[in-house]
Amino acid sequence: MKEKIESKLREKFPQAILEVNDFRGDLTFLVDKNSIVEICKFLKEDDELAFDLLVDLCGVDRAKRKDRFEVVYHITSLKNKYRIRLKVRVDEKDCVVDSVTSVYPTANWHERETYDMFGITFRNHPDLRRMYMPEEFEYHPLRKDFPLLGIPGSLSLPKK
Amino acid sequence: MNTPQEQSSYKSKILETLLTKATDVVIEDTLENGMVLNMGPQHPATHGVLRLLIHLDGETVIGCVPELGYLHRGYEKIAENSTYHEFIPHTDRLDYLAPLSNNTAFALAVEKLAGVEAPKRAQYIRMIISEMARIASHLVAIGTMAMDVGALTVLLWAFREREKLQDIMDLLTGARFTTSFTRIGGVALDWTPQCTAMLEDFLEHFDENLDEMERLLNTNRIFLERTEGIGVISAEQAIAMGLTGPNLRATGVDYDVRRAFPYLDYNNIDFNVITYKEGDSLARYWVRVDEMRESAKILRQCLEKMPSGDILAHDPKNVLPKKFDVYTKMEELIHDFMLVNFGLTPPVGEVYSSVENPKGELGFYIVSDGTGHPWRLKIRSPSFVNLQSLPLLIKGHMVSDIVAVIGSIDPVMGEADK
Repeated sequence: MKEKIESKLREKFPQAILEVNDFRGDLTFLVDKNSIVEICKFLKEDDELAFDLLVDLCGVDRAKRKDRFEVVYHITSLKNKYRIRLKVRVDEKDCVVDSVTSVYPTANWHERETYDMFGITFRNHPDLRRMYMPEEFEYHPLRKDFPLLGIPGSLSLPKK
Repeated sequence: MNTPQEQSSYKSKILETLLTKATDVVIEDTLENGMVLNMGPQHPATHGVLRLLIHLDGETVIGCVPELGYLHRGYEKIAENSTYHEFIPHTDRLDYLAPLSNNTAFALAVEKLAGVEAPKRAQYIRMIISEMARIASHLVAIGTMAMDVGALTVLLWAFREREKLQDIMDLLTGARFTTSFTRIGGVALDWTPQCTAMLEDFLEHFDENLDEMERLLNTNRIFLERTEGIGVISAEQAIAMGLTGPNLRATGVDYDVRRAFPYLDYNNIDFNVITYKEGDSLARYWVRVDEMRESAKILRQCLEKMPSGDILAHDPKNVLPKKFDVYTKMEELIHDFMLVNFGLTPPVGEVYSSVENPKGELGFYIVSDGTGHPWRLKIRSPSFVNLQSLPLLIKGHMVSDIVAVIGSIDPVMGEADK
């Protein structure tokens, strides 16, 4: 299964597959962020692979790396009982990734959560609002430069 | 700080979404044709602190926007600042109706990352506690769902059964809810013959008690009419919305993590994956009832097959030593000191590991940078994803159906809000 996915992806997207990694049985593809939607679409619609369930989508803050953020997609093929991980790297200055909601509608809330927690915006997202934090909150709490104890005064109390 | 004007525009953002994006119907003046109803966050039927903004036309729902975050405690941030062992108690508070199952899920994820394998006996204990948690959680789900549609007796009967399971958990772990029972590499305490006796006693009467409970609902016309054909979702839609667990299986998709990606010793256990085709609230209820029977079956097999031996793996660099050894042996004391102060240090890498929780697929995605703290820990909570399909399920139904649909999705906000 692993070879099949890799060869199919490499054949279809020779430029976009940057790195393949296998750690503890989890297959990871680092892909170009501009082709993430097409890759997801291909993986979902290919009859043999049929990765139809987006299990999880989240962000990772790598802090000191050149491309600071990563967006991680876990997708499962219900037919083949196989799960892979896709990763894209996002630079802090250009914190935008294409939304995969057109391929996987479930990504809607996951992307909102990622936006809330990391400040990564998703292009073409139908309703990009904060998920957990209040709208007037200015920070993104899961960034590594946000302190664990929070920032005093960042959440205003209701007026009396 | 924001000016009052800015603040008011923030507040209207949710409303704007509701009125323009969450519905196909565009209404010029809301008050003239319909109304916006705010349900929750403090509402008994939302099963926690879920807030729904509902756009109504008469009594028909034409749009709904769920608002989450009222129970957001920042567990992913806390995880980044604690060792792997320190995070175990926090997993109790995710899905607080099935803490044992969350403990197992987290321990399995860390073990996968660190390359530790729990001994067979620990794995069987974990399977038992997971299935006990599943039965307990499904009992609450069914009881509260029945209560939401007006059948109060079932709740009491379900809680009576659940109480027996809680007693076993109390005996085994020392706590009824905040169990924190698993350890990296095994479990905290051994399964005792007294636990076996109590569980056998529970299992002996469970099937007939469940039958009794089912008779109360399956012939209840009000219950049937309020759930049948309400909140229907097709298999394709359910997969697209990322539903997992009983909610997905009620649409006919036989996806069960225990079978698709086997963990522990589920490969050697005989059980069926329950599916129903209808995809409505009633089917979701039936899946839960039948799954409890399957869980009882698994429990019987586990009790029968339970091997003897250790309950903690022998891996001094990753697994906490026994308390007695810490007090009497030098090397164990050093290992204990290192594990408590610096934590276990898995290699650099990242894993995703998931289990079949009562609510659906609970996954932990852990990124390790080789230190004692996870660099990033993402909780893939089933309730969060399942709730996303709520607007789709209740669209076109009546206000009173919202309650029945929420009950049948069975969300737990502790998990959805993290």
